[in-house]
Amino acid sequence: MAKKSFVGEIIRGIIKDNPVFVLVLGLCPTLAVSTSFANALGMAMAFTFVMLGSNIFVSLLRKQIPADVRIPIFILIICTFVTMIDMMLEAFLPPMYDALGIFVPLIVVNCIVIGRAEAYANRNPVLPSIADGIGISIGFAAALILIGTIREILGTGGLKLVMLNVINGDPGFYPLSTIPGFSFVPEVISFHIEPAVVMITPPGAFLTIAMLMLLFKILGDRKRVKQLRKEGYEL
Amino acid sequence: MTDVLMPALMPTENIFPLFVEAMFTKNFLLIMFLGLCSYVGLTTNSDTSKGMSMAVTFVMTMSAILTWPIYYYLLSPASFLGKDLTFLKTICFILVIAAFVQLVEFIIRKFSPPLYRSLGIYLPLISTNCAVLGVVLLNVQEGYTYGASIMYAFGAGLGYSWVMLATAAVREKLIMRGVNLFNGFIGAFFAAMMVALIVVSYFSVVKL
Repeated sequence: MAKKSFVGEIIRGIIKDNPVFVLVLGLCPTLAVSTSFANALGMAMAFTFVMLGSNIFVSLLRKQIPADVRIPIFILIICTFVTMIDMMLEAFLPPMYDALGIFVPLIVVNCIVIGRAEAYANRNPVLPSIADGIGISIGFAAALILIGTIREILGTGGLKLVMLNVINGDPGFYPLSTIPGFSFVPEVISFHIEPAVVMITPPGAFLTIAMLMLLFKILGDRKRVKQLRKEGYEL
Repeated sequence: MTDVLMPALMPTENIFPLFVEAMFTKNFLLIMFLGLCSYVGLTTNSDTSKGMSMAVTFVMTMSAILTWPIYYYLLSPASFLGKDLTFLKTICFILVIAAFVQLVEFIIRKFSPPLYRSLGIYLPLISTNCAVLGVVLLNVQEGYTYGASIMYAFGAGLGYSWVMLATAAVREKLIMRGVNLFNGFIGAFFAAMMVALIVVSYFSVVKL
């Protein structure tokens, strides 16, 4: 196997192997919790924790895991991290725990995590697996936050930017303006458009992801046509 | 049996509204977004979606029957072990579902080869279907009684089935008419949007 750079692996996870738009995996949490920017961010953080933990441990144990029972073992490893993040969210971020609902325990059957354990971490050393985990997590987070932002802007006419912060020893998702250096950001960025409530209902989620996929398909096709023209094909 | 367990065993709610809720107003595929991977992948053909729906409905109902006693008689603090093991629920449920699916696969392969040929390839997919784990987690999270949780799971399975079949019908018809867009994932999402719009707007007018 050719030697791959750490950064190259991360970028591949974000663009070429984007879990939502290219591999079309892990759709349930993508659509269900992307009603707002804040929920998308919370889900992305929980997912990153599980993805990294599972990739590291599967990669460390790859020589010990018998091939016949590898899937149950992957699920057990993933489940350990899911239980950890579930309990941590319940203890430290109760509002986010309530907002994400059963989608945190359901990370255990998320096809992205099992898929990366099977296709990547089980065959590669620890360092590339960490890079892969980071890249895939950023790709997933980007897709979630993109869908969440679009739905929030179109559905409510404004955007509430939040960030994980600790105020008076109380961790939580607070407006971005509470973070030093970002105090110029208003609490709700208004876009002065008539809110279309359908966008935050379930059909809006399907519509958003379909339109985004169509857009990426058109862009990809255009790039391909350009490349073929460069190679001398008549199109 | 201590008092903590009693509320879960008492029939406190009416079962029928729960059934309708699982089937329509809180449909697993369209409203709760559970089990979408199989939905997007398998609805290009109505025969495969029929097989998958049958398998999912069966496994959902059976896992609700199996996991409820495990939660209330082994994991809950009121069980005879006397310890709060509820944090193990995710891991226990996924193991039960996976073991049950494997068992069903063996039994069907032994006793009914034709059924195995039509269902067999979908069965392994079900153990990692989030709709099945979702329904058993919701059952214990909402604290449904045993009867209610079985009805809820059955309703959820039927809800999954009718949406699978409806979408497969839409997609198959459009693919046959030569609308190639409906072959891929994008078409699946557009079809899902149409069906979801129908359900949401119908039940915002007709209150059950």
